[in-house]
Amino acid sequence: MALVHDVLIIGGGGAGLRAAIAAAELDPRLDIAVVSKVYPMRSHTVSAEGGAAAVIKPGDSLDAHAYDTISGGDWLSDQDAVEAFVREAPAEMLQLEHWGCPWSREPDGHVAVRPFGGMKLERTWFAADKTGFHMLHALFQTTLKYDSIRRYDEWFVTKILVDEGRCQGVVAIEVATGRIQAVLAKAVILCTGGCGKVFPYTTNASIKNGDGMALAYRAGAPLKDMEFVQYHPTGLPFTGILITEATRSEGGWLLNKDGYRYLQDYDLGKPEPKPVFRSMELGPRDRLSQAFVKEQEKGRTLVGPYGHYVHLDIRHLGQKLIDKKLPFVRELCLKYENIDPVKEMIPVRPVVHYMMGGIHTDIHGATSLAGLFAAGEVACVSINGANRLGSNSLTELLVFGARAGTAAAAFASQQRKPSPSVLAQAQDEERRLGERFLRKTGGTEKVAALRAEMQKTMEESAGIYRTASVLEEAARKLRKLQERFHDVSLEDRSYTFNTELIAVLELSYMLDVAEAIVHSALQRRESRGSHQRTDYPKRDDTQFLAHSLATRGENGSPRIEYLSVTITRWPPAQRVYGR
Amino acid sequence: MPPSVTLAVTRYRPEQESEPTLQTYEVPFRKDWVVLDALNYIKDNLDGSLSFRWSCRMGVCGSCGMMVNGSPKLTCAAFLSDYLPGPIRVEPLNYFPIIRDLVVDMTDFMHKLKKVKPWIIRAQEKPLADGEYLQTPDQLEMYKQFSMCINCMLCYSACPVYGLEQSFIGPAAIALAQRYNLDSRDEAARERLEILSEHDGMWQCTFVGECSKVCPKNVDPAGAIQQLKLVGAVDWFRFLLPWGTR
Ligand SMILES: Cc1cc2nc3c(=O)[nH]c(=O)nc-3n(C[C@H](O)[C@H](O)[C@H](O)COP(=O)(O)OP(=O)(O)OC[C@H]3O[C@@H](n4cnc5c(N)ncnc54)[C@H](O)[C@@H]3O)c2cc1C
Ligand code: SF4
Ligand code: FES
Repeated sequence: MALVHDVLIIGGGGAGLRAAIAAAELDPRLDIAVVSKVYPMRSHTVSAEGGAAAVIKPGDSLDAHAYDTISGGDWLSDQDAVEAFVREAPAEMLQLEHWGCPWSREPDGHVAVRPFGGMKLERTWFAADKTGFHMLHALFQTTLKYDSIRRYDEWFVTKILVDEGRCQGVVAIEVATGRIQAVLAKAVILCTGGCGKVFPYTTNASIKNGDGMALAYRAGAPLKDMEFVQYHPTGLPFTGILITEATRSEGGWLLNKDGYRYLQDYDLGKPEPKPVFRSMELGPRDRLSQAFVKEQEKGRTLVGPYGHYVHLDIRHLGQKLIDKKLPFVRELCLKYENIDPVKEMIPVRPVVHYMMGGIHTDIHGATSLAGLFAAGEVACVSINGANRLGSNSLTELLVFGARAGTAAAAFASQQRKPSPSVLAQAQDEERRLGERFLRKTGGTEKVAALRAEMQKTMEESAGIYRTASVLEEAARKLRKLQERFHDVSLEDRSYTFNTELIAVLELSYMLDVAEAIVHSALQRRESRGSHQRTDYPKRDDTQFLAHSLATRGENGSPRIEYLSVTITRWPPAQRVYGR
Repeated sequence: MPPSVTLAVTRYRPEQESEPTLQTYEVPFRKDWVVLDALNYIKDNLDGSLSFRWSCRMGVCGSCGMMVNGSPKLTCAAFLSDYLPGPIRVEPLNYFPIIRDLVVDMTDFMHKLKKVKPWIIRAQEKPLADGEYLQTPDQLEMYKQFSMCINCMLCYSACPVYGLEQSFIGPAAIALAQRYNLDSRDEAARERLEILSEHDGMWQCTFVGECSKVCPKNVDPAGAIQQLKLVGAVDWFRFLLPWGTR
């Protein structure tokens, strides 16, 4: 028997939960379900520290937020989407306040805001240094009051069901029992988050494998701007745990192996003892990450068991300031890296942090496949363009989660019941999973080994700097890995909570996403935002003021096309920082 | 530093085994490795069939709670170096049904969480156009600690009352109820108190305080229970006395 709902949401992170509430509020009669491969409060939204941007203070303006976002994105953002985003952001943030999010406050009881990278004014709302955690728990706990929202916790989606050109549901594994089940719906919203785990060193959790991107791509919906991958300059080398920008705004220094503040060699200003806004350690994320690579090429970085790194030194700030203003940083270093930043320098390196690209959607979260919607990091609307500004993503989850929830609910209200003919596809999928994995005989390849090779290939080719020859080689390697994947063999053949099966399915998603990233990067022969080509170092607006769209080709490899960027009021200009 | 360390890990595959057993694995020792890293080493290199939950590896998603040498711990925050020379015993959280290996069934908690109505309840909603509810830093401080719960279940595993009586609503659910009770935006403290006062509510707690000791986020559920019992007792008393103010 199939399970049937009106609106089905895949993903219980910030975007998915916001979408669920929006659908429930639009029409209480709708039957809504949230499928998530982990319990919703485990979703990676939980790890966001810094904050969420929305204009609320006097002196700020929607246009200023829009301009910061568009220039930060190197003019690749769709400006109609950005305008909608900044306009709806304040109400969404207030709504979350009404739902109980413990925002940090001013002494008079109003919500407090803090400065953030690339934002000209203080407009980032925060809940101490655990913003994502508090937002996610407030949203999750709020969903509990809607009886029309039903949950499938720890169910893993393996396929999108399409019939008569319309998305009609998904196939999912109930992880605890291994049961494979069709979940049908009139509208489906993908909110499965990003794909940092395609790379070896990332701030992303183990669950961020691009599932939704690959699912949509396989169902025929194109992926947009996949070449734009954001690195954060200061992650811990082994774990990829994020060391927040605040360490540097408090006065932390980045030092190479000679103890030299190397950023002064990269046109980022002169070293001063105290921090200077938009200079040196307070330069933009992409520029700092790029400087690291140059240092490495000069042989001036340090080398440890997890590759090259530099030092972030905050010892001179003293224990008192560190404990008062950077307590979470000290806790993270002590508890997760066995290092005390009061006495020791923190080893850091640029780590993959965020995907600007994702499933191509319109401003309402609709993908090009009828009945399929997407929101959150999995989607690309696009407001983030070629480089996301810190603290815009959490807000995006709310604004576009709500938009997609409303649009999907409205769509569902006008649809007939899903057609039972899709159930045949669900049976095929069950057979496929059995034959290819659980009951397969033979096969020699191991999940962990293939995954490591993919991650290495991605770091070497689609990292901070890219070039045609290396990307071409990577594209070939990924094809080979796809072939080898057919020969994968599982040690675990049981149905009960088989995490090896989940890992192998996640790997298959990541391989598809990795190919889309590499091919999109190869075709974009210019440098823009986070996409830096050593063979094409300049931005090229005549050819590439356009979104890339990757569609799955016949042989499985992506085909790349382009779509023009929507410009409303801010014609492309130079991205200027520090002047 | 030793070159390696031994882990004794619970194995239980209900399709194959009738009850849990311990299996030992030898993993390389590294100063910067936590127990979770060792488990991942096993999964990637020694035995792909070992099952456990994890996600963030930074102590905030609440997935990776297990018993380490008999105490409930977040395995992503438990350094191997703190358990030398080993062997290190890694078992599923106490008092929960085991689904498989190190994975426990926590659906019971999910029901209990919903039962305490962990959301803002008010007679009158303020329209969004009228802005935020004002809340001073002091008012925020009142409930902040109880809002830090990551639902990791360590406190349930440490709670002797829960061990004996699974209907006990338990430390984290009570702390979360109190988180909303103390929030200046909420008006439903009495409603929640009634829920908590039912027979499987907080009266069962005997103030052992183990929950607060094992909590990795300093939530202090024992403190929440204590506060509630005081309010509850006073309230109950008023209810019994005909001249009580109600
Ligand atoms: C360390 C860190 C710090 C950050 N800090 C900030 C910040 O300060 N400000 C900011 O704006 N942004 C920040 N970001 C970015 C931001 O947190 C993320 O972009 C955002 O939280 C993603 O939310 P989401 O709802 O799209 O996805 P997620 O929260 O990742 O949720 C994805 C959901 O999809 C489900 N799912 C995935 N695959 C499947 C499948 N196959 N079947 C079923 N379910 C599935 C998962 O179970 C999960 O529930 C940070 C990111 C990181 C990693
Ligand atoms: S109260 Fe503490 S120990 Fe209990 S679930 Fe919450 S965070 Fe975990
Ligand atoms: S893995 Fe998230 S708390 Fe340990």
